[in-house]
Amino acid sequence: MEHTISVRVRNEFGVLSRVAGLFSARGYNIDSLCVAETLDPKVSQITLVTHGNDDTIEQIIKQLYKLIDVVKVVDHQSGTYVGRELALLKVRTLPESRAEVLRTAEIFRGKIVDVTPDSYTIEVTGSPDKIRGLVDLLQPLGLVDVMRTGRVAAPRGL
Amino acid sequence: MRLTGAEIVVRCLQEEGVELVFGYPGGVVLDLYDAIHRAKFRHILARHEQGGVHMADGYARATGRPGVAIVTSGPGCTNAVTGLATAYTDSIPLVVFTGQVPTQMIGNDAFQEADNMGITRPVTKHNYLVKDVRDLAPTIKEAFYIATTGRPGPVVVDLPKDVGRASTDYHYPREIFLEHYQPRYEGHWGQIKKAMSLVLKARRPVVYFGGGVIISGASEELRRFCEKLGAPVTYTLMGIGGIPGNDRLSLGMLGMHGTYRSNLAVDGADLLIAIGARFDDRVTGKLDEFSTHSKKIHIDIDPTSIRKSVYVDSPIVGDVRNCLQKFLELMENEPKLEGYPERIADWWRQIEEWDREHPIGYAQSPTGPILPQYVIDKVYQLTRGEAVVTTDVGQHQMWAAQYYHSQKARNWITSGGLGTMGFGLPAAVGAQLGRPKDTVVCITSEGSLQMNSQEFATAVEHNVPIKVVLVNNGCLGMVRQWQEIFYDKRYSEVDVSQTPDFVRLAEAYGLQGLRATRVEEVETVLEKGLASARPVLMEFVCAPEENVFPMVPSGEPSRKMLFGHPTQS
Repeated sequence: MEHTISVRVRNEFGVLSRVAGLFSARGYNIDSLCVAETLDPKVSQITLVTHGNDDTIEQIIKQLYKLIDVVKVVDHQSGTYVGRELALLKVRTLPESRAEVLRTAEIFRGKIVDVTPDSYTIEVTGSPDKIRGLVDLLQPLGLVDVMRTGRVAAPRGL
Repeated sequence: MRLTGAEIVVRCLQEEGVELVFGYPGGVVLDLYDAIHRAKFRHILARHEQGGVHMADGYARATGRPGVAIVTSGPGCTNAVTGLATAYTDSIPLVVFTGQVPTQMIGNDAFQEADNMGITRPVTKHNYLVKDVRDLAPTIKEAFYIATTGRPGPVVVDLPKDVGRASTDYHYPREIFLEHYQPRYEGHWGQIKKAMSLVLKARRPVVYFGGGVIISGASEELRRFCEKLGAPVTYTLMGIGGIPGNDRLSLGMLGMHGTYRSNLAVDGADLLIAIGARFDDRVTGKLDEFSTHSKKIHIDIDPTSIRKSVYVDSPIVGDVRNCLQKFLELMENEPKLEGYPERIADWWRQIEEWDREHPIGYAQSPTGPILPQYVIDKVYQLTRGEAVVTTDVGQHQMWAAQYYHSQKARNWITSGGLGTMGFGLPAAVGAQLGRPKDTVVCITSEGSLQMNSQEFATAVEHNVPIKVVLVNNGCLGMVRQWQEIFYDKRYSEVDVSQTPDFVRLAEAYGLQGLRATRVEEVETVLEKGLASARPVLMEFVCAPEENVFPMVPSGEPSRKMLFGHPTQS
C-alpha cells in the first residue's frame, strides 16, 4: 500500500543521502521525494511516498528514527492530511489546438506560466490523480514534457 | 585557551579518558600526529589501517570501553572500512578519526581524497564532517556519546587538514543532550508484566540470548533470571560467555552450527525468551519454520531489531540489564513461580534425550592427524575456559564456539555478523593491550591469518604476549565443506596449502614459533606456548578434510541438522 511519510531532519551535511541511502540499502522503494527547509532553518522536511506492506512500513519508520539526524517521522493516514504535488506541463501548440489546451488547463485550474508562439507551459497543483487526469487529456493535444515535484503533505488542523 | 584543531582532538580524547589509540599516520593527519607527541595517551602504530581498526575493536570488546583509531584520508579511510563494518554489525563502540583533504579542496579529486562521508555512512552508526574548528570539540563529545549509548556502534569523525591547523578557544562540553537521539533504556513496566504472564503459562520455555547481554553487562541478571525459572538457555555466537558455556542450564550455541539440543529445544518450545539477540538468519534457518509453536518475548534496545524478521508477541524495548532487573523484581513477589522448575521437568527430560541422540563431539585418534577440535578442546582445558579468546572466521571459529566453553562475558571476541577473516590477530593485539594481565588466545587458521599477518610486527614491537593458535588444514575449510556437501565435492579454489612456513614467518617477525604435527605433541606445544611471556605462534598441522557438525544446511529449518560422523583415522 502507498504511504506518505513526512520526515523532519536536522539540516546537517549529508542528511538526504542518509535517508536515501537507508532506502536503497534495505531495498525499500521511494516513489517520490520532496525536500525543503521548514520555519526553523536548522530543520528540513523530507516528504516521501513509498509503498509496502504493514511490516515493511513499520520497519521503515523505525529505521528512519534510528538515523541520528531524524527528529520526527509521521506516517500520514488517509483522510487526515492534505497532499499536493505540482507539475509543469509543456505543450506544443498548433493554431487549431491552442484554445482547446487553454480550456482544458482552466478546467484543472492550471495556470499558463510561459507562452511562446508554438507552446504553452502550464502549472498545475493537486493530488496525483488530478495531475494524471490533466496529463491524459493533454497527451493528444501535443503534450511534450512533464516536470513533476514529489508530494508535500500537511496534516489537517493544527 | 586557544588550541589548534589537532590539539583539540588530543585534549578531547584525554577528557574522554582514552588510554590507547590505534592508528596509522599520513599526509593530512600530520598535524594530528604532531600533537600526539604531547598526548597523555599511548598510540599504537598498526601496520595496516584495517588492522588498526580491528585492534580498537578488540580493545573495545575486551574492556567495554570505546575503541579509538586514527587513519589518514583516501586509502587510509578505505582500508578502515572493513574494520568499521565489522564493528557496526556487531554493535561495537568505536570513534574513528579519518583525515580529509583541506575543506577548499574537497570534491576536487585531490591527492589521497576519497568521499569518506559517503563511503563510511552505511557502515557506521553515524558520521561527521567537521568543517569549522569551533565545532570540533562538541562533535567529538557527540561522537563518543553516540558510539557508546543505545545500541553502540562505530562513529567516524572526518577531519579536513585545515580544520586541524586552525585554532579556536577550547572548551569541552561537560554534558550533552541530543533532543533527537534518546535511546530508551528503561523497559516498559506494562510490557514486562505482560511478558511475565507468558512466562508463567509456559511449560516448554527456552531462553535465547545474544550479544546484547554482553554489551549491557547483564550476565549476573541473566543468571539469576534463568536460575529462578530453571529454564534451558541457548545463546548466539555473539552471546558466548554471557553465561558459562558449561553451566548446568546451558544447551550451548544454537543455529547453523549450534547443538542439536539447542535447535530442537527452540523448535519445540512453547515460549522463546529472546534477550539482546536479533533472530539472525544463521540462528533461525528457514524463517517460516522457525520455532513455530512458541510465543515470543523479545528484549532489545534497538526497536528495529524487533519484528524485523520474526513476529514477536511481547516486544520490550530497553536495555537488557534494566529489563532483566525489572523481571527479577516481579519474580521476587510472584507466588506462581513456586515450583516452576519442577513444572518444566518433563521439558528438560526431552532436551536431555535429544542430547543423548546427538551429543556434540569428535573422535581424535591417538595416531591419526590432529583434529582442530582436539586442539581447541585442549586450549580450553589448559586455560580452564578463562582466557580471552579471539577468532578468525570459518571452521575454526565454529569449533572454537563449540569447544571453548568461555566462562565470562567479554572473553569471547569474534566477528559474528560480518564474518571478517583477518579479524582475529589484530583483535587479539587490541584485547591484550586492554587487558594486559589476562591470557589472550587468538584461534585462527591459515586462510584468515594471512589476511592481516602484518600485525605480528605490532605485537612484537609492544611485546604484546598474545598466543596465536593456528589450526592449519591447508584449505579454506568452511568453503571446502560446503563444496563437499552441496556441490558434489567439486572443490573450487579452496586449496591454500601453498602457505609460508608459519613458524619461520612468526620468527621472522620476532615471535616465538612452535609447531605440532603429531597428536602427542599438541599438549606440549600448548603448554610451552601458553607459558611464554612473549607473543607466540603455535601451528597445528591438522587433518584437511574435517567438517563442522552438526550443521543446518542453508535454507533448511534449524531442526533438520546434518551430523556426518566423527572422523576416525
